[in-house]
Amino acid sequence: MEYIQSLLTDAAHLRMIYIIVLSIFVGIEVIEKVPTILHTPLMSGANAIHGVVIIGSIIVMGQAPADDILIQILGFLAVVFGTLNVVGGFVVTDRMLEMFKKKK
Amino acid sequence: MSNYALLNICYLIGSLGFIIGLKMLAKAETARKGNIIAAIGMAIAIFGTIFLYEFNGESGEIKHLGNLGWIFGGMVIGTILGTISAKKVQMTAMPQMVSIFNGMGGICAGLIGMIEFTHLANHSAGASLMTGHSLTILVGLIIGSISFAGSVIAFLKLNGNLGDYSFKGQSYFNMLFLAAVMVMAYYVMSINGAQATTMMYVLFIVACIYGVSFVMPIGGADMPVVISLLNSFTGVAAAFGGFLYHNQVMLTGGILVGAAGTLLTILMCNAMNRSLLNVIIGSFGGGNAATAITGENGGTIKEIGVSDSAINMSYAQKVIIVPGYGLAVAQAQHICHELEKQLTEKGVEVKYAIHPVAGRMPGHMNVLLAEADVSYDKLLEMDAANDEFATTDVVLILGANDVVNPAAKTNPASPIFGMPILEVEKAKTVIVNKRSMNKGYAGIDNDLFYSNKTRMLFGDAKKVLQELVNEVKAN
Repeated sequence: MEYIQSLLTDAAHLRMIYIIVLSIFVGIEVIEKVPTILHTPLMSGANAIHGVVIIGSIIVMGQAPADDILIQILGFLAVVFGTLNVVGGFVVTDRMLEMFKKKK
Repeated sequence: MSNYALLNICYLIGSLGFIIGLKMLAKAETARKGNIIAAIGMAIAIFGTIFLYEFNGESGEIKHLGNLGWIFGGMVIGTILGTISAKKVQMTAMPQMVSIFNGMGGICAGLIGMIEFTHLANHSAGASLMTGHSLTILVGLIIGSISFAGSVIAFLKLNGNLGDYSFKGQSYFNMLFLAAVMVMAYYVMSINGAQATTMMYVLFIVACIYGVSFVMPIGGADMPVVISLLNSFTGVAAAFGGFLYHNQVMLTGGILVGAAGTLLTILMCNAMNRSLLNVIIGSFGGGNAATAITGENGGTIKEIGVSDSAINMSYAQKVIIVPGYGLAVAQAQHICHELEKQLTEKGVEVKYAIHPVAGRMPGHMNVLLAEADVSYDKLLEMDAANDEFATTDVVLILGANDVVNPAAKTNPASPIFGMPILEVEKAKTVIVNKRSMNKGYAGIDNDLFYSNKTRMLFGDAKKVLQELVNEVKAN
């Protein structure tokens, strides 16, 4: 209960809630008129964008204490997986869209 | 200017890159540029974090991120592996690839949750973990883990390594399972110290098993919907990370994908005229195939040879090609384009009818045909195609099945009843190329094959198309 209260009174929390609500509308708005032919590349592009989770892994890895091997290994793996998501996602999307381009 | 201010500028640029990128991705002319803009935004946000992020050390001093060698090492490995696998993948295997990259993001969110929770439990000094902070960590961990395990299963299924598996009452079992995961998260928060950390790892494993159990019963034809759903899960998991670190770019990126992914999932369900709940419960999968109707007038299919098919098409005025997964499997998109060119030279009007869920992903066929240089204006979406079939002489179906099954319109007992289909039976002649009389992905019989208008042309799509091209040339 206290936590819910803090979500609504703490300025930082409240700002994040506004970001969330507005981002939901933006997310729906920008893809609403997408033609069927672009569904696959769009899904793939969105897939790459949620790779932004890599920033969390960088923050975690950058603060991992030198004497905690387990945390370091987990953090390192998180960076590798996050990069795979970002790079693989964007490259695959670009490959798909490249085919659309050379139509003429 | 302070590092913090610069970092926030990086994050603002990153967020704008994502929004503009997504917007441009939704339009054919700008899509490729949109992808690059999103990637640039991502790069700015990532490198901004590495060099500008500051945090308070143990004694309150401001510190920069350490372990840069490990961070760059991990990024180099990820970049190399990601680029190679993305460049090497066959166009037919695209859905699997998206699924596995999605799983990578999911496990990344899961690992972040594990580390943060361990840190929290170690430093709580016996204080209660029943806080919003640890709840945020655990929810991110659970969603990320479910997305990871589910994506791996989706990958294995699409890759053909794994069949559908379901048992009676699995949907109820899964609901109970999910409730158990939540109860367990509550339990993890109620204990503290090293014990909580251990239980948190158990929670991770249980969440993964739930992810497996969630995707297992869902039929192969529904995999695109599942991948899209898991895609939005990972987005939400990333957003929980953003909430945790008060990180705007993670928050906007994650929520954008969570919202857009959910809408895309719904659009896909609409295209199949089914509800999301119906997909998740998996009533479409292997379980119902046995009760599906079989062709009443079965046994009277009429075969046609390659040369007769070629003559039929050469002397037609209008031919519409309906591509399906069979075309993708046979890698026949280039030779299909060749046939289209040959027929066009003979004065035949050739078009393609694309069902929204043909193949294994929406737009799958468009990607394949684009690879073969087929021009946009020859591709008809479903409604436009349905208007044209009545004036079409020959419809050539290449490895498509469920999307042309008239049972969807006529038989209320059929599991695909209500799904909009390509109404190919309005055309004068329908030539169906299939490898055999095997059923489609939904596992149901197709009355179209027994129709008087239909001629079956058996064989591998690539081989048959090659022979057709030769015959048309010779005519």
